[in-house]
Formats: sequence, structure tokens, C-alpha cells
Amino acid sequence: MKPDIKLFDSDGKRLDGRKPDELREIKIEVGVLHRAEGSCYLEWGGNKAIAAVYGPREAIPRHTQNPLRAIINARYNMAAFSVEDRKRPGPDRRSREISKVISEALAKIVLTERFPRASIDVNIEILEAEAGTRCAGLTAAGVALADAGIPIRDIPVACAAGKIENQVVLDLGKDEDNHGDADLPIAISPRTNEILLMQMDGHLTLDEFDTALELAMKGCHIVSDLQKKAILKKYQNIEEV
Amino acid sequence: MIFMSQEKREVVIPSQLLGDIKNKKAGRGTFIENGKIYAETIGVLNISSEYINVISLEGRYDPVEGDFVIGVVEEPLASSWLVDIKAPYPALLHVNEVPWDVEFNETGKYLNKGDSIMAKVLSVDMEKKLQITLNDRNLYKIKDGHIIDVEPSKVPRVIGKKGSMISLLKKYTRCRIFVGQNGRIWINGDDEDIEKVIYAIRKIEKESLAYGLTNKIEEILKKDVKDVQ
Repeated sequence: MKPDIKLFDSDGKRLDGRKPDELREIKIEVGVLHRAEGSCYLEWGGNKAIAAVYGPREAIPRHTQNPLRAIINARYNMAAFSVEDRKRPGPDRRSREISKVISEALAKIVLTERFPRASIDVNIEILEAEAGTRCAGLTAAGVALADAGIPIRDIPVACAAGKIENQVVLDLGKDEDNHGDADLPIAISPRTNEILLMQMDGHLTLDEFDTALELAMKGCHIVSDLQKKAILKKYQNIEEV
Repeated sequence: MIFMSQEKREVVIPSQLLGDIKNKKAGRGTFIENGKIYAETIGVLNISSEYINVISLEGRYDPVEGDFVIGVVEEPLASSWLVDIKAPYPALLHVNEVPWDVEFNETGKYLNKGDSIMAKVLSVDMEKKLQITLNDRNLYKIKDGHIIDVEPSKVPRVIGKKGSMISLLKKYTRCRIFVGQNGRIWINGDDEDIEKVIYAIRKIEKESLAYGLTNKIEEILKKDVKDVQ
């Protein structure tokens, strides 16, 4: 497919001046909400997301309870003002899919067997969107889970890679996503490199897929370091008192 | 404080590698994977001769049999009450576990929605079904005083080593204080004294990781003390 706009300049830099294997700027803040057990505000390039964790608490309605383990209810929601045209509020097919895959990714790393019959509710609110909101949302949810003190095996982290103008690049921006050839968002458990979520949009050859996966993994580890730093920062202040 | 060694209190985050099961046993707040011990929550690392523990800094109250807690009645049922003890699940208080003779369907006469009680955790089963009891020493319905909430993880700090902190608060303020393991604290006394206790407890909560906290609080309390009990 021939792109209708140029996605690389003459120096091989991308539209926003990034190198092919460079991430957008990321800012993570922990514990921004007081009513939630754990929360996180995350900026990832032009994406702004808030994640809030409630629970573990008794799952309602009762028939959703699992007598052996907790259930994870992640709810991904885009604000009406998060995109250029107003997004019709409420769950649609896309956000329900994302809620489902994020729930399943998080259920893998939470020690759910500690809380039979309970539910852990994760609300992910996208305030501003600019490609890669599911990665931003899941990354924020991981930090919020850790902040809530819920026992987890690892802090999950997500990052995407993709293909634009026949080149595999890390972390697609808005125009790159719209005019590129493929997008491959993944979420991993950085300690074990297990894949928690993987989706693909567009076409990649097998070789390209391997490169993209490797690149996305690398990106995940960079983001994971930022997550850990942000979590520790909340407690550094207390230690110094 | 003398017993506490001066090594730094290390804050660990989930998934941090702490040790090997060959050398130590995995204690609270940790899990084992492939023979290695990892932290499962954010908390303070505590290594004893036998165990590696992570004392959680966040999270809900995890009920343990025999804990003394302060509960708020959620709903009276026909022969029991549902009580919120800040655990993930509501606790059941059966009419057999209260000191009164309650007729069937008349539970509301004794305890109603919103009433506070001091209770003891009677049992926690495999499904984490909770039962509490009022049949123990000094357990009753709370009729006056103040109840404040603190993080359940900070309760040991409010009590202090062998109750040092709590006896300090009682000594300087002439308040009656009951600390529930679930992070609810009942205080009764003069308004002024209650205020002082609440201030001190908030201070403890904020600086729970600091050293020499007991001495610091003592100084604060000493400043405007009228008479010591």
C-alpha cells in the first residue's frame, strides 16, 4: 500500500522527529485519586489516561462470583472529548473488546486465588487519544494495581510496534497509525517476558512480525522501568521525613 | 526502638526478586516461582533468620482469626447481621454470637444499619466467608466517642512496639482508645483530647516509615500537656 503522506523525512526521522526505535515521551503519576484504592495518571505522547482500581470487594451481581478466585473487571472508556470529532459516549464495540482483552491480560498477573468470590474493578478513562490508547491504558492500570496493594506477580506493561512505509518502527503516532501498514500492540509481564495481550492490525510478513515483536518487547522494558520509578517515587518522600 | 537495627528500611515493589527458597522461607507478602521468592505487593522488606516478609504499605484489611476489629452494621437479617469490617467481604454476626437474647426477626432492635461494634473475628473459612463474635471480653456496641480510619497496614505503627505508642497516647491525653486490626480506631474522652489523639495518629500515619517515631510523638504530646495520668 502506498501511503498518501510522507511518514519519514530525508534524514530518516519520523513525523514528530523520532527515530524509528524511539518512544514518545511518557509521564507517570501515582496515587492521583483519593477515593480509589489505587490510581495512576499517565501521559504517553498525546495520550492522557487515568486508571483507578477498586477492591477487592464482593462481586456483584452474585452469579459472576467465582468461588475459587477473584474476577477482574476492567472497563476501558474514552471520554467524549478525547478525539477530534466528539465520540459518542458509552460502551461501543471497540471499547468493549479492549475492556475484555485488558481484563484477561490483568487476570493473568493478579494472584486472583487470594480473593475468592471477590471482584477487582479497574476503570481506565482515556481523556485524550492519539493512537495507542490501549497500551497507555493497560500500562496505567498496571501501576494502579500496584498502588492499590493488590498482590500481583508482575507489573504489566504494554507497548506497540508497527510498520510504516515498509519499515518496522516502535510506538506508532496518530498519523502513522492512520496511514501506516500495520500496528502490533502487545502487553507483557516484564519479569518473564510472557505475553499477556497481542493484537494486530494490518499485514506483516513473518520476518517483519518477528522484528516488530522484538522491538515492542524492547519498548515494554523501557516503559516498565518508568513505571517502577514512578511507584517508588511515591514512597521516597515518606522515607526522607 | 533500641531493638530495631539502624539498617535502612527498603521499599520493594511487586515482582522484585528477594531470594531463593534454598536459603529462606517465603513469608507474608511474597510468592514463589521457579524456586525464587518475589515480592507480591509494594511494601517494606523484612528479612528474619528464617523468613523473607514484605510488610504491605497499601491494600485492604486481610482478616485473621482472633483479630479484634471495629465493624459497622450494614444490614440486619432475620437471625444475623451483615457487618462491614473493611475486609473484601462483609462479615456475618450470628445471634448466637451476641450477649443478648434476640427473638427471630427482631435483630433490628439490638443493632441497626450504621451502628458500630467492637468485635472479634471468629472464623475465616476457605471461601473467605467471615464470621465475627461479640462473646469475648470488652466487646460491645459503641455508643459514644469518635471512630477514625487509618490504613490497615499502619495499625502496627499506631500500636507501637509492645503497645508503646498506644500507651503513650493514653498517658498524655486521658482518652480511651481501642485500635481495631482493620484500621478503625475508637477514641473517647474530652473533645480537646480527642482532637490531640487524632492529630497524633495522623502524624504517625504520615511518617510511618520514619525512625524514632515514638519519641517524636511523645515530644509533640508533651508540649501542651496539662496533667499526666
